Order: sequence, then structure tokens, then C-alpha cells
Amino acid sequence: MSAPEPIIVAFACEYCAYTAADMAGSQQLSYPTNVKIIKVPCSGKVDVQHILRALQKGADGVLVAGCLPGDCHFKSGNQRALRRVEMVQGLLSEIGWEPQRVAMAHMSAGQGQVFARVASEFTESIRQLGLNPLRRGSSQAA
Amino acid sequence: MITAERKPIQEILEYLTPFSRVLLLGCNECVTVCNAGGRKEVGILASTLTMARRKEGLEIEVEELTLERQCDPEFVEELARIIDRYEAVLSMACGCGVQTVAERFPTVPVLPMVNTEFMGASERQGVWAERCAGCGDCVLAYTGGICPVARCSKRIFNGPCGGSSKGKCEINPEMDCAWQLIWDRLKALGQSELYSHIMPAKDWRSARDGGPRRIVRRDLQP
Repeated sequence: MSAPEPIIVAFACEYCAYTAADMAGSQQLSYPTNVKIIKVPCSGKVDVQHILRALQKGADGVLVAGCLPGDCHFKSGNQRALRRVEMVQGLLSEIGWEPQRVAMAHMSAGQGQVFARVASEFTESIRQLGLNPLRRGSSQAA
Repeated sequence: MITAERKPIQEILEYLTPFSRVLLLGCNECVTVCNAGGRKEVGILASTLTMARRKEGLEIEVEELTLERQCDPEFVEELARIIDRYEAVLSMACGCGVQTVAERFPTVPVLPMVNTEFMGASERQGVWAERCAGCGDCVLAYTGGICPVARCSKRIFNGPCGGSSKGKCEINPEMDCAWQLIWDRLKALGQSELYSHIMPAKDWRSARDGGPRRIVRRDLQP
């Protein structure tokens, strides 16, 4: 029996990454189907708690995708998002989890190919890490 | 406000070792404002502790609750109907809150989740600085509203020491010399004559040196 596919939660800013994901679809670019996209009004809306709860509930990796540096619709939401991602990475290190399970990506609304590439590469890196420690021994998310 | 910072996770996990069902208790006052122990921080810590314990194959049930104020028996009383469900209370309040809860429930372990730091003000988002040392005998009227007790590293009362250089303190070149600030502000207020007002040696008995302090207001008592 093959190893279960990793579950990836992607918080995607509606002004860029969400549109880029849409673009990837309309350009018929393939990216892993296990990437679950949650549309947010800005990557700066994503809180530390949102990322942690996703992991706690069984996500193997969490991607926060915001606008290109300097291009945030709300000026600095993507910078805030990056600092929160770094905070979660610090917390994960403190408890012995792999900090690479959480990552930040930047892209513009027209970069469907970037979304597809980032989603594929992140999924692959999480596959290398293995399942969320809470899912090991079970194939289902909590 | 009273400021605080969360303790290292490993220290908290050590406290948690004997327990499997705990109440993680936030406070809606100072620690909420300084983002150390309000509802959001309770949620973050609850997830973190749960993930840490489950990774080790250990079960832990962390219930979350945030009281309006943990340093007030009136609000702590809310716990009376649920406290029996838990083996321990993990308090994210300052030391005052931890002790108020512990005093009310003498048979339940109440453990601190934050290190209480100082009485401070917000300089800008995400930065807090000490502003009051609670000395019990305020001198701000003579010092242009800048406290030599809380903001001078040596707590001196009549002008700067020899370590004041270009407006900064010898303790830390990024720290303003309180007496430079006081002089600048007295000049701006047109009160520079106050600088030559010699303050007598301070009676520190009104501060912590007189032992633990209490305030008793007969007018407020039933």
C-alpha cells in the first residue's frame, strides 16, 4: 500500500495567489490535488493560530501565499504574514516539529505557473518530511 | 499596563508532565493588550502544547477559557463551577492573576505560563518599555513627566551620572538617558528652574523596600 498523500493547506490572498491558482487552472497547468486552498482577503489576515490549528487538525504542510514584496493590496499585509510564518516556524522548532512544514510564497495574480510550481515543490518537500506527526499511524486527518 | 512574555515551551512542558487534563486560562486585561496571555495567545499555546504532547504519544486535553480579569475574585469565582474537571490550571495572566486563582482554589495547582516583566507603555506596535516602577511616591511633577526611578538605570534623583553620553545611557547605547530626557522636557515646558530643585534622599519604604504593600480604602468597603 502506498504512503498516504500529504495534505497541504494553502492560505491564498484573493488579490494574487488565489487568482494565480485560478489562472493555473484556466491555463491547464497541473498541480497536486491535495493542496486545499483557503481564500483570504490578504495574506496578512492569516494568523499564527490559523496555521497552528491547520497543523493540529492534521495538515502536513501549510503554505501562506501572498503578493509580491512591495505589491500588497493593503501595503504591508504580506510582510506581516511572513513574520507570522516565521513565528510559527519558531514554535514548531521549540516542540520538535519540522519548521519547513510552514512556508511563505509570493506571487502576482498573473503568475499561474508560479502557483503551480510552488504548490508542486512544497508538496514534494512535505512528502520528503513525511506525514504530520499527529497523523503517523493513521491515513486520515484528525 | 503590566507586561509579560510567554515562558519557553520546554519549561511549560516540564510543568505539564504529570497532567493530562488542564484548563488554559487567559486574562482579558493587561496581558491581552501586550499580546502575552489573551484569548488569542491562549489558542496558540493550547495548539502548541497539544501538538507537542501528541508528538510524544502523550494525550493531553487542554480546555481554553479567558476571564475578564484574573486578579479580581469576582471574576475568578466563575471558575468555581468547572474547576473540578481539571487536574491543573495553566494561567496566562501576570503573577497577580496566578496568585488570585491559586488563593481561591487551594487544592488545585495553578501554574504560570508567562513571565511577568514590568509596568510599561506601548512605544509602538510590538514594542513595550518600562515606564513606572511603582515606588509609591511619584516625583513626575518635578521631572517633566519622565520617571527617574523607572527610566534611569541607576534610579538617581538629581541630574545625570557621568555615564550619560550624547543623550544615551552607559548601560545600553540604544537607551535614552532619563536625565537628558528630563532636562529636554523641562526646557520645552519652560520649567528649567525645576532642574535645580534638589530632591532629598528618597524614602524607599513606600516602595517594595517596606515589604509587601496593600491599599485599604474604607470608603469602598461594604
